[in-house]
Amino acid sequence: MVTLTITDLVIAAVLVGLLALLSLRLQTGISVQLLVAAARTAIQLSLIGLLLKVLFANVHLGWVSLMAVFMLLVAGREVMARQERRFKGWWGYAVGTFSMFLSSFTVTVFALVVILGDSPWYTPQYAIPLLGMLLGNTMNGISISMDRLTHAAWEQRSVIEARLMLGERWDEAISEIRRQAIRSGMIPIINAMAAAGIISLPGMMTGQILAGAAPVDAVKYQILIMFLITAGTGLGTMAAVTIGAKHLFDKRQRLCLDRLRELP
Amino acid sequence: MSKAPPLLQIKNLRRLMIGPLSLDVDSGDCLCISGPSGSGKSQLLRAIADLDPHEGESFLEGVASNELAANEWRARVGLLPPESCWWLPRAIDHFHDGVPIPLDHIGLSGAILEQPVSRLSSGEKQRLALMRLLSNLPRVLLLDEPTANLDPENTRRVEAVIAEYRRSHDAAVVWVSHDGDQVRRVANQHYVIAEGSLQQREIEGSQWLR
Repeated sequence: MVTLTITDLVIAAVLVGLLALLSLRLQTGISVQLLVAAARTAIQLSLIGLLLKVLFANVHLGWVSLMAVFMLLVAGREVMARQERRFKGWWGYAVGTFSMFLSSFTVTVFALVVILGDSPWYTPQYAIPLLGMLLGNTMNGISISMDRLTHAAWEQRSVIEARLMLGERWDEAISEIRRQAIRSGMIPIINAMAAAGIISLPGMMTGQILAGAAPVDAVKYQILIMFLITAGTGLGTMAAVTIGAKHLFDKRQRLCLDRLRELP
Repeated sequence: MSKAPPLLQIKNLRRLMIGPLSLDVDSGDCLCISGPSGSGKSQLLRAIADLDPHEGESFLEGVASNELAANEWRARVGLLPPESCWWLPRAIDHFHDGVPIPLDHIGLSGAILEQPVSRLSSGEKQRLALMRLLSNLPRVLLLDEPTANLDPENTRRVEAVIAEYRRSHDAAVVWVSHDGDQVRRVANQHYVIAEGSLQQREIEGSQWLR
């Protein structure tokens, strides 16, 4: 395995710097954004690298849990920020975060205990990257599906209410919208599975191979991760859409669009 | 022998600028409500159908709306909104138990059910929406300008179908209408809504038949 030096990274950074200069010449207006994002990548990843180093040296369930909760809360904020018409108040944060907790944590613990079976089961070398992959992907599924759910409920309020007027239950009146929201949250991971290895070489596998792992081992890990991500995204999306759809109605099965935030 | 409770009873209903208002509607009654736009007629019907939060209580044959699941209440106290809404490709897809009344009674041909809803006119959709509501066999009809998009001939047909349903099913009708002639033809009670309250008016020359 070729170990990278700081010089190697600086050379790669020069490429980004040249791109920024070129963007400036073309007046695209994204040069600054580009440089800030590149700097964030370097700083954030260095910090997490140091943090993981410390974490790996001090294997303790408490530290792993603290890290996991921190990751969950940040991912929850991201899910909230990506929905235009999210629920008002703490609901807007809680629906996504709770669903991610439910799906990512369950699937991660399941994989650690049942599949990997390392001792102790929370060995951070496995636990943190696994949880990270799961959170990152369920985050996409949940934010896409919740955005779809709340948008569709807003746009199709007259359809939902027409169905309520005809004596349908709330869950019948929103069934189509709920189904479509779940579908839209799961399509990206289904596409990713279908394209894996043919159109795209998944990043994790590529990374492992670059780091010197045998391709077949890397492939096995990638398949495992893909399946875990799919299970996590599916569970999280279904949980979020189910909870969200229910919260669109009150006890008397009235559509409560005032529970959604106005568009800014 | 104690008197049976009215079919629909509304007690101290309040919603936004409406109310508090109380109303008794017996089976066989057809009660018309008029009033300028923005006076809250549609709000009133929506509140009776329990589609919006409101104060006060509604009863169907003495049973409070809260004692029934909201969907059961709405199936029995059916609201026809001014704009009909369709979510499946063809009109026929929205009828679970068939069409309750031959369509030629409302001036439509049966073939219309198979056409894409997007190709129907608003008047056709309005009449089909009434059929869809009646197929639920509601006890109370809350009709929000059900003939607004219809020509005089079809307006008469729809009025006749509603009267026939009211008699054969012992139902009550609450009908929002702007048309004084229509009120004379269909109603036995007439209220005008103004500043959130209902005022009863005499109907001169009523042609209402029990």
